[in-house]
Order: sequence, then structure tokens, then C-alpha cells
Amino acid sequence: MREITVEQITEVVKTLSIEAACDLPRDVEKLLKEAVATEESQFGKYSLEKIVKNVELARAEHAPMCQDTGIVVVFVEIGQDVHLIGGSLNDAINEGIRQGYQEGYLRKSVVEDPVLNRKNTGDNTPAVIYTELVPGDQVKIQVLPKGAGSENMGALKMLKPAEGLEGVKDFIIKAVTQAGGNPCPPVIVGVGIGGTMDKSTLLAKKALAREAGQPHSNPAYQALEEELLVEINKLGIGPQGFGGKVTALAVHIETYPTHIATMPVTVCLNCHAARHKEAIL
Amino acid sequence: MTNINKVTTPLTDEVVKDLKAGDQVSISGVIYTARDAAHKLLTESIKAGEELPVNFKNQVIYYAGPTPAKPGKVIGSCGPTTSGRMDAYSPIMMEQGLKGMIGKGPRSREVIESMIANNVVYFAAIGGAAALIADSVKEAEVVAFDELGPEAIRRLVVEDYPCIVAIDSEGNNLYELGVQQYKVVD
Repeated sequence: MREITVEQITEVVKTLSIEAACDLPRDVEKLLKEAVATEESQFGKYSLEKIVKNVELARAEHAPMCQDTGIVVVFVEIGQDVHLIGGSLNDAINEGIRQGYQEGYLRKSVVEDPVLNRKNTGDNTPAVIYTELVPGDQVKIQVLPKGAGSENMGALKMLKPAEGLEGVKDFIIKAVTQAGGNPCPPVIVGVGIGGTMDKSTLLAKKALAREAGQPHSNPAYQALEEELLVEINKLGIGPQGFGGKVTALAVHIETYPTHIATMPVTVCLNCHAARHKEAIL
Repeated sequence: MTNINKVTTPLTDEVVKDLKAGDQVSISGVIYTARDAAHKLLTESIKAGEELPVNFKNQVIYYAGPTPAKPGKVIGSCGPTTSGRMDAYSPIMMEQGLKGMIGKGPRSREVIESMIANNVVYFAAIGGAAALIADSVKEAEVVAFDELGPEAIRRLVVEDYPCIVAIDSEGNNLYELGVQQYKVVD
């Protein structure tokens, strides 16, 4: 059994949180640059040019591209042949966040109670942590700092199976329409379909961890992603909601088998600062 | 795009009236950051008849909570947050004499009606362009609610802060006009 210390996990989470805030993944940057060329609206183009310039400046100065450095969603895939030693995994991840947000001069945006006591925890912990056991002897860690501007615009609906594909498409388009200029478009649209209520939301979030613009492995869902992207970009919302042709950079769909009587669909939006970083130990 | 309109704060009624939706603006002078938690405290004080820590007459509020400043820097990254979350509080602030708001994203009908009634302008900055925007901040100082951390009220001195008039004092709304123009109906 391969041993990995939780100190190593802390170190990786710390590095990934700082990198995620300051260094936009190249996949997202590439789509943004393509959008500058595609966009026809003057305010849309103006916004995209500023956004691209900001990405470059943030990387060069090692400064957060957005002041909302998010609540951190961490996906951990743990190989079954790995023995984590030296302490609690969750504590190690939170320690990595604590150190990263302190040393990286990132904003602490987490409150300790959602309703009754919205007091800032002061160190951006706790993270939202999902662990999954997988075959193998490696640990994969994905860090997604999630801003609330886009997170607030997410939507979930338990569709009836009779509503079919049209129902799914309608709901996704409605969710993006409703979000309008709020989630800092151009957005990446994460969609989770199937499973149970909770599973569909997790799938939608996981869809945002995918390399931006990489299609679904199933050609039918790939076609649906492409169709939805075209339809969303007809909505006219445009960059920042000022009107334009580029409302979304990509649509990512994730699916799971579901019950005979249900068809849950969740839409989780990511802003153009679609931060995601990963490492394998 | 139109010429850049240079605007200095505090705003006068004449300046506000002249700004039209779609104008590109660069703001210089003092602006105050405040977001959800600060707005909640401010409006509670107003309702209780207490004196506010800042006199907002003719001032501009910037919906922002910056990242911490690195050593040698005035401020960290400092872009706008979603304005819609402040919709519930903004009419009360406008009745206090607030003349301008800077944020990102659309506003509610109630806010726009209050803007028309009180002659107020709403500017949109580019959400997520926070490192770039920080360059225009020359001074920053917490002036109230320090305990709120990133949500404290900061007095910023800005020079050529770039933004766009998103909704003007007559209610013309770039979010509606722009989207109508580019919406494709099959």
C-alpha cells in the first residue's frame, strides 16, 4: 500500500489555491481570446478585451484575477491502494486553504453560519470537500474556487420523464436567461442530468472541473452541448450582460442513470474567471 | 464607442443628468466601498434614526470587497460584485442623497424607479477584471465596520476608474437595450 502524508495534501492544496486565483487555465483563456474575435457588440468586445488583459496582468503580477477568490470546492479522488497517514484528510485540506489564502493575499469569503451568524471565519475555511474512492495508488486533487456571483445563479428542477429532451433544453436555456448579466458572462454552463436531486447538483459542479470546451465522450451529448451553446449565444445577453453574441464559452453536460419516475436537471454556472487547478500525487 | 467622459466625485445633479446609458466613463475622486453586510448595517442605522459613519450625500458607492493588499500595494484586486444583491437597500441609500452606484449586472425595477426619482446614475465596471481595476485605486482606508473584513466600508481615492453608464437617471438601461439588439429570434 502506497503511503501519502496529509502534509503533502496540505502543500498541494495551498499551492493550487494560490495558482487558481492568479493564473487562469489556458483552456479558458483560449476560449476568451476566440470570443474577442467573434464578438460583434462594442460593449461586449470592450469587456472581453479588458477581461483578457486582466488575465494577463493577474498572471504577470501574481495577483488574483477577481477579488472574489471564492469558497473552495475540492474534489479528491483517492486510490484504493493509498494509505493516507499523519492526520485527518479534511483537516489537511482546510489547512492548505488556510495557508494559501493567507500567503497568497486572497480574500476570505466564508461565513461560519449561513443564516443565524454570518461571521467571516477569517481564513476562507472550511472548503466544500468531495472525496471519491477510485482504483489505483494515486491521489488526484482538483481545486475549484467558486465565486458567489455565478453560484447564486444556479438552478435545479426535478423534471418529469414526459418532459423529455425538450424539457431539459428549455430548463437550461431558461436558467441562463434568468441569470442574465449577473454571473459575469461569458459563462461556462455546467449541467448535471440524472441520478437523484443531490447527484445532479454534484454532476453539474463536476462538469465545471472539465477542461473548458472539451466535449462529452458520448457523441449524442456532445451534439447536445453544441446545440445548447448555439442557442444560449442567441439569447443576446453577451459579455457582462451588455448585449452581444458571446454569452457562454462552453456547455458541459454530465449524466448518470436515474429512477424510472424522475429526470433531475441542475445548471451550475461559472463566470469567465473559470478557475480550476488540479494535481496528482 | 463614444468618447470617454471624465467624471469627478462627489457628483452634482448636472453631471448625473448629462450621463447617458452607454457612455464610457472614467471616474476620479473619492468613492466608498460597501456590499451586503455594510448595506444591512447602514440601512438599519437609517431606520433607527442614527447618524451614519459616512455622509453619502452626492457620493458614489462601489459594490466591492477587495483582496488584501500585498506589501507595498495600496489595495488588492478590486473588481465589482453583483449589484442585484444590494437592490433591497439601494432606494433607502438614494433617499440619503447617494448619487452614484458602481457594480455589475442588472438592477430591479424598484431601484430604477428610485434612480429616476432621486436623479441617480448606475455605472457598471467589468466583473472579474479586478487586477486591472486595482491600478486605478490610489488610496484606500477602512472608514467603518472594520469587523466585516472584506465587507468593511473603505474610502477609496481613484484616478480614471473605468466604467460604463449602465442605467442612467432617466431609466435608460444598457442591459435591456443591448440584449434586445443582439437577441436572435429564429
